[in-house]
Amino acid sequence: MATTSNMFLYSLTIQPPTTISQALLGQFSGTKEQQIITASGSRLTLLQPDPRQGKVNTILSQDVFGIIRAIASFRLAGSHKDYIILATDSGRIAIIEYLPKTNRFNRIHLETFGKSGVRRVVPGQYLAADPKGRACLIASLEKNKLVYVLNRNAQAELTISSPLEAHKPGVLVLSLVALDVGYANPVFAALELDYTEADQDPTGQAGQEPEAQLVYYELDLGLNHVVRKWSDAVDPTSSLLFQVPGGSDGPSGVLVCGEENVTYRHSNQEAFRVPIPRRRGPTEDPQRKRTIVSGVMHKLKGSAGAFFFLLQTEDGDLFKVTLDMVEDDNGNPTGEVKRLKIKYFDTIPIATSLCILKSGFLFVASEFGNHSLYQFEKLGDDDEELEFSSEEFPTDSRAAYNPVYFQPRPLENLTLVESIDSMNPQIDCKVANLTGEDAPQIYSVCGNGARSSFRMLKHGLEVSEIVASELPGTPAAVWTTKLTKYDEYDAYIVLSFTNATLVLSIGETVEEVSDSGFLTTVPTLAVQQLGEEGLIQVHPKGIRHIVQGRVNEWPAPQHRSIVAAATNENQVVIALSSGEIVYFEMDADGSLAEYDEKKEMSGTVTSLSLGRVPEGLRRSSFLAVGCDDCTVRILSLDPESTLEMKSIQALTAAPASLSIMSMEDSFGGTTLYLHIGLHSGVYLRTVLDEVTGELTDTRQKFLGPKPTKLFQVSVQGRPCVLALNSRPWLGYTDPITKGFVMTPLSYVDLEYGWNFSSEQCLEGMVGIHANFLRIFTIEKLGDNMIQKSIPLTYTPKRLVKHPEQPYFYTIEADNNTLPPELRAQLLAQSNTNGDAAILPPEEFGYPKARNRWASCINIVDPVSDEPSVLNRVDLDNNEAAVSAAVVSFASQDGESFLIVGTGKDMILSPRQFSEGYIHVYRFHDDGRDLEFIHKTKIEEPPMALIPFQGRLLAGIGKTLRIYDLGLKQLLRKAQAEIAPQLIVSLQTQGNRIVVGDVQQGITYAVYKPESNKLLAWADDTINRWTTCTAMVDYESVAGGDKFGNVWILRAPERASQESDEPGSEIQLVHAKSYLHGAPNRTALMAHFYTQDLPTSITKTNLVVGGQDVLLWSGIQGTVGVLIPFVSREDVDFFQSLESHMRAEDPPLAGRDHLIYRGYYVPVKGVIDGDLCERFVLLANDKKQMIAGELDRSVREIERKISDIRTRSAF
Amino acid sequence: MMRLADKLRTQQELERLQAKYIGTGHPDTTSWEWKTNINRDTYSSIVGHPPLLSYIALASNEPVTKVRAEMIRKMIQPAGPPPAREEDTIMGGHQS
Repeated sequence: MATTSNMFLYSLTIQPPTTISQALLGQFSGTKEQQIITASGSRLTLLQPDPRQGKVNTILSQDVFGIIRAIASFRLAGSHKDYIILATDSGRIAIIEYLPKTNRFNRIHLETFGKSGVRRVVPGQYLAADPKGRACLIASLEKNKLVYVLNRNAQAELTISSPLEAHKPGVLVLSLVALDVGYANPVFAALELDYTEADQDPTGQAGQEPEAQLVYYELDLGLNHVVRKWSDAVDPTSSLLFQVPGGSDGPSGVLVCGEENVTYRHSNQEAFRVPIPRRRGPTEDPQRKRTIVSGVMHKLKGSAGAFFFLLQTEDGDLFKVTLDMVEDDNGNPTGEVKRLKIKYFDTIPIATSLCILKSGFLFVASEFGNHSLYQFEKLGDDDEELEFSSEEFPTDSRAAYNPVYFQPRPLENLTLVESIDSMNPQIDCKVANLTGEDAPQIYSVCGNGARSSFRMLKHGLEVSEIVASELPGTPAAVWTTKLTKYDEYDAYIVLSFTNATLVLSIGETVEEVSDSGFLTTVPTLAVQQLGEEGLIQVHPKGIRHIVQGRVNEWPAPQHRSIVAAATNENQVVIALSSGEIVYFEMDADGSLAEYDEKKEMSGTVTSLSLGRVPEGLRRSSFLAVGCDDCTVRILSLDPESTLEMKSIQALTAAPASLSIMSMEDSFGGTTLYLHIGLHSGVYLRTVLDEVTGELTDTRQKFLGPKPTKLFQVSVQGRPCVLALNSRPWLGYTDPITKGFVMTPLSYVDLEYGWNFSSEQCLEGMVGIHANFLRIFTIEKLGDNMIQKSIPLTYTPKRLVKHPEQPYFYTIEADNNTLPPELRAQLLAQSNTNGDAAILPPEEFGYPKARNRWASCINIVDPVSDEPSVLNRVDLDNNEAAVSAAVVSFASQDGESFLIVGTGKDMILSPRQFSEGYIHVYRFHDDGRDLEFIHKTKIEEPPMALIPFQGRLLAGIGKTLRIYDLGLKQLLRKAQAEIAPQLIVSLQTQGNRIVVGDVQQGITYAVYKPESNKLLAWADDTINRWTTCTAMVDYESVAGGDKFGNVWILRAPERASQESDEPGSEIQLVHAKSYLHGAPNRTALMAHFYTQDLPTSITKTNLVVGGQDVLLWSGIQGTVGVLIPFVSREDVDFFQSLESHMRAEDPPLAGRDHLIYRGYYVPVKGVIDGDLCERFVLLANDKKQMIAGELDRSVREIERKISDIRTRSAF
Repeated sequence: MMRLADKLRTQQELERLQAKYIGTGHPDTTSWEWKTNINRDTYSSIVGHPPLLSYIALASNEPVTKVRAEMIRKMIQPAGPPPAREEDTIMGGHQS
């Protein structure tokens, strides 16, 4: 039970999965604009393609806390809005709509039909909606199919019927689509395999040659039942169906795609079949058959029959498939198919979904690697590409035919417009601080084949610099100002030096202005455009008010100077060195009027802030005053109570900078905040009550070691706070979650900053960095992770870092791929005709060859000015790298070597290999180069290697073995059979070794140096298909498994102590085995289902001064953290908040949150932060209700939620 | 009498469950039936969990769609053909 655990963690996703398992096009907002909805893992995301900029923007992304298995969209007749149907693992069908006004998904219907979970016979795997929006079919992999009738009632609301069954036992479904039948009864087509015969036939023949059937299910709307209308045998290798337009648009029916064929089938038509052309080329196997893996149908506007298919093979080649119809005497198509044609179109990365937009774009949701947006140049109508027609090929799949070939070529019909970063699949990940910044970066290896990459992930906002110009001296401050109230853009840049002021004009060129009226022989404290056309310059000796060239000077009282100033459009406040505050307000005639009474402060004033004049008012009613006695005071500026103190707040250090500004809040309105930057580098944000001036709800963040300076800037029309410390930060309201976030900018450190607006750069910022003036913009808020990518050669397998130098070593291997030496050989042979240009593998992939491996080691330099791969070591002999480690051998005076484990002639399933090797490489040139020393033949490919007490520890099959480095090969020092099946991960601390088995979880072992023995002393209670492990402390280990769980295990304390006692080996050797395992069992401390498959887990620290967290990376591109709770109080609070959230914000797709997080093992010791963070998005009344239940204020809850994230993660 | 009726009802209930939930066992489940059923469950679970499918696709360097179809095809006869029933072998013996 969770409540009894004494370890609690808070799980947060810092980067959501970037895979797209399905993408759909539709008009989800109810307007003409086309949008894309994508399912990625458990998230549903709405994307808005921007045809003008050629970009795809995320509008909304929501975690549904369930596995999204299929999505479909439909539109009721006469409506303009597409609804979304979700098939998840909830055992329920959910129909949702997008509400553009509130930017939320809204569930309209939720119908339960079966058990939850991913089960063989519970529908959810397949989903198809009738093109006219009258019905949908949801099917399971085996047996069950349910049809729901969709309609609308008198109130024009969407209704859903009770399900109609179309079950058939013993039938497996390979693919399911809805047929386009116009307004006839809805028909669904399924590609089915029947196993009943195979189950009855002991000779095994029926199982060897299963027959694939194309089956039509018709929903009779009149009788309200479903019948199996038609079925026919199709090519047994078929695996995919595509809908062919029907009704008035085409002949209806389906395309059935199998091995090297695309066949048109329909119940009342002949079959038409075309082969899939094979690639021609010197390195291609001429016998290899292709299959279609994805595709899209697109209807063109205009005449009937104007539609085409783009079908993609596993090489990524797109083929354009068209249907010709028989024409009647008038030349109109009759609906009878004449022929099917296929021709090569272009080659793009393998997609899971393709979406053709009306604006002429193609959105490609890649199966692995970056997603992309292409623009159509042409539709391949009149090119010289060979077209193959069904007339030349037999319709029988068994009949012989001559294969056809094509020559792949670079893109002709499409052009790449945008590549959208995706870390899917993420295979390994390390956290290190190599750039010398205060926070570490995440380095990971992603992608597959030639599109794999090494990525550096950094927390920050992308900044684009417009100008960086050198200045004659080093200015202390910079401002920009308009000349009149009505100007659209800034006219002057004012720079303040230690004893001078420089005024520059903004225009085509930036020039010095001499007639500005500014006093240029003194430094400046503040610049402001005042009233209609006045300008204010505040300098230590006075205030200069310039109106239409006339100058009014207000001199500072004798023997006193101005130390701080705050201004806005109507008000000016200055603080004198004596601690007095002088307040001015603009008169009706445009002149500054001094308020008679001066307020004296107890200490020296360090900073002032006025805040902008709220719209429709004459003045800002508050003044914030920061003094060096570590306080900030709020003074009233109301005429009745001018300069009266409203409230005071004590601080931990003297305030260096203040800023009053109103920002968007999570309640849907705006709130007035006082931002405070302290001398200690801490940044505080406090809510300033607009009526009473009370300061409440303070949140803080440490930004760096220098005093924090604050400036109000504007990004995308939103007021933001620019905070300058050892690096610049931007505080803003997240556009989607509406939460306030403080994110570092990926930019040089700035001394001073200000808003900047000109014709060329509407919304920028100007900053000072040493003697440089820099103008820059921030284009995208919300995406606060910056990625840098370096291309790699093959699918990466592991990532290791050089012990001292900032270099990484990746081992990479591709199965069924022609290795480079064979490629070169084939090319040399074919070069007699000399025309074959080698196509870049990044787009066309490597040539395939069965049971061949291509593998290499890459040396990556991520931090130099041009991050790149420095060197590559290819492995030959059909060896593929499987594991790697950097080991410093004590016998070599601690010199470090790169150790790479390989397997020869490996076949993955069932696991086979001929030999295993361990390669040893010496580092040269500070790790920039590798020298091969020797390799040692071993019995199995070693799946895990780690350094262990100056030697190498290798997991070879079930065996754990210690090696030392010899001259000719590695020398065996000790070994023992520890794991039940196959060692895949190893961790060590002291003499303790934690062994992860591929299936049977964790085993704790100990190395006894006295007797040179390796002994297992504790193992796991259940099977865990371990993928990665990390030691949390000496007793505990965290890990992830293939089913998407993250867990922490702890060894029993007594056994742990005993195992380390000197001389305990005798006891351990003779210890009684307990239930066929080690003598002791580990205890489960925490368990959590993440949905994504964890590929690596590490204990690390992510923010300055933050505590250690567990960071895990998932194959779908997820990066998540588990933050340990420090106090029991917090645990209780978040536990009750989580349970309230479960009740008040139930997951969109109807999955029970608690059951989802406890998918395989009941969730233990982990609180779902992703769910808790949805609190901010709740409606206000629900927030109030939960807050009431928890006996806290809404703000307090929101602060706690944001604190726990910012304290340890991004 | 009550007992007998109860027994009958239990029996009927079990049969209903067996029809509804494929793979529900009975006292005479053979090893082949059990294995076949477990294997089919496994393959369908792999197909239903996208990360797991990606994991396999990535290792074998094949597209996910192809691996998915392959897994479904494996469900037809995952544990080999069924053992010959006695009457079948006699018949088979006659024929050969």
